[in-house]
Amino acid sequence: MIKSKATRIGDAVIIILCLLLMFICLLPMLNVLARSLSSSEFLIRNEVLLWPKGFNTDAYTTVLNNSKYQHSMIFTAGLTVLCTLLSLTMTVFCAYPLTYDNLKGGSFLNGIIIFTMYFSAGTIPNYLLIKSLGLLENWWVLVIPNCLSVYNMIIMRSFFFSVPDSLREAAEIDGAGPIRTLFSVYLPLSTSVLATLALFYAVGRWNGFSDALLYIKSKEEYFPIQLYLYNILQNSTNAEIATQEGFSNPGLAETVKMATVMFATVPILLVYPWLQRYFVTGVTIGAVKG
Amino acid sequence: MQNQGKKMKKTGGMSFGTYMRRYGTLYLLLILPLIFFAVFRYAPMAYILSAFKQNNIIKAPWQVPWAKNNGFEWFIKAFRDREFINALRNTLTLNLLDLLCGFPVPILMALLLNEVTAKGFKKVTQTVLYLPHFLSWIIISGLALRLLADNDGLFNIVLKRLSGNPQAAVPYLSNSTHWVWTYIVLGIWKEAGWGTIIYLAALTGISPELYEAAAVDGAGRFRRIWHVTLPGLRPTIITLLIMNLGRILGSEFDRPLALSNKLVTDVSNVISIYVYQKGIKGSQFSLSTAVGLFQSVVGVFFLLTANTVAKRVGERGIM
Repeated sequence: MIKSKATRIGDAVIIILCLLLMFICLLPMLNVLARSLSSSEFLIRNEVLLWPKGFNTDAYTTVLNNSKYQHSMIFTAGLTVLCTLLSLTMTVFCAYPLTYDNLKGGSFLNGIIIFTMYFSAGTIPNYLLIKSLGLLENWWVLVIPNCLSVYNMIIMRSFFFSVPDSLREAAEIDGAGPIRTLFSVYLPLSTSVLATLALFYAVGRWNGFSDALLYIKSKEEYFPIQLYLYNILQNSTNAEIATQEGFSNPGLAETVKMATVMFATVPILLVYPWLQRYFVTGVTIGAVKG
Repeated sequence: MQNQGKKMKKTGGMSFGTYMRRYGTLYLLLILPLIFFAVFRYAPMAYILSAFKQNNIIKAPWQVPWAKNNGFEWFIKAFRDREFINALRNTLTLNLLDLLCGFPVPILMALLLNEVTAKGFKKVTQTVLYLPHFLSWIIISGLALRLLADNDGLFNIVLKRLSGNPQAAVPYLSNSTHWVWTYIVLGIWKEAGWGTIIYLAALTGISPELYEAAAVDGAGRFRRIWHVTLPGLRPTIITLLIMNLGRILGSEFDRPLALSNKLVTDVSNVISIYVYQKGIKGSQFSLSTAVGLFQSVVGVFFLLTANTVAKRVGERGIM
């Protein structure tokens, strides 16, 4: 098709607008990246914009050698893996039985589960429960209380619904029970949605900090990376951080903050683009939920 | 439910024994999830009782006498508390601004992306636009501070250089009014790209024939968008608008906590922050439970109303 001049100009404008939007999305990251790689003399003179000046990687070395940071990063990574695996298992266990129409009591159970999505007890009642269970200051509190999301369960269930019934019937004729059908028919077909939910759960745990803020106050060894970062960013003066975190050079503190931000961000940035194809489907299923 | 039609056929006259032999394992799968919901979603509801009881930081609410004024002491106290009224006002203001300013942005961005013809370029654009969604509010507060700080933030450095006036600086984070807009814009920055996913999915459902017909009729780009694309998005737009209206009294926690600072607490303290400060930090469990209960109940009421209105006007609700 031959495009008219107006269309071609329009296409160009569209591409420019897209580039502009991309720039807006990346701008804060570029700025922080540039700062983290600059030397402090240029930072103090406000000369660093989007490109590092006095390039050096001291801040990254400092962060990597900081034992508190190392601990928090390893702890959060382990926590994220554990939470993701547990949450996926719980989600499948919850969603699969509810796809059986002839499950007695199924619609009642479905109702009490969905209800929790619209009405929750609230921050303080949750806190009081956690307290009475003796889970305060215990790292399991970062795993269990949010190990199953109703929203994600609905996505999983909708996906299971979309598997043709004939496959289930064929498996049952071959003598497979519901559990074998789940493992031999449903799960192998569900890799895309499992990948999506794994991403959602993992990002949720990696980025989560409010539960740690509420339930873990004194035990710094259980601070996930976001809470660690929050405490660093909240500290107003750089000298304060330098003393607290034991950095030898106070001038480094600013770049160290920025390097910590980068380290907390990068793991996600490495993962999500590869799963884009999948999560688009996941989000769409979740939106047209039943 | 849209899947009603294609579920398993009913297994009519099966005896209980046969039924359990065949499907009993399904209940085994459900045990852990049901324990989870019972313990971590329903058991906390018992503690809602403390909203109607005297404040006691040691005993469980059922062991404590009722509060004054037939148990409504804390609700009355909350509504007489200037701080709470302020938090309520801030919650509504920030949510309304979010809705008014933030809601149209993903629609416009989806319309833009829909016009991109080069597939590879479109995909790259999408990947970049989804990025902010994956950042936590803590990280964003770190990024925003570097970008917007009064003295050494990128924006103010550039502004000072361009204007040639070293005193020129916009107090993005330190002035209440500016802070509100910063809060709103950062919210849009984080979620607008992600929000396009659902609109783009809806757009794939629009028949290409409609576009061809419009082209034959000589419709230009804007008339095509107006007469074909936007009507195709209408149901999605309305459903999402309703869901957002239903959440008008909800309050996020991470976002105001991460972005707030001492200078702007008069506009940044929302209900969730009020509950956190009074309840967790100040041990006023009864008062903060009452406030949380008020928020939950009104939230459910808004959601149900919005859902009913949606169905009344002939759109698919969310429940």
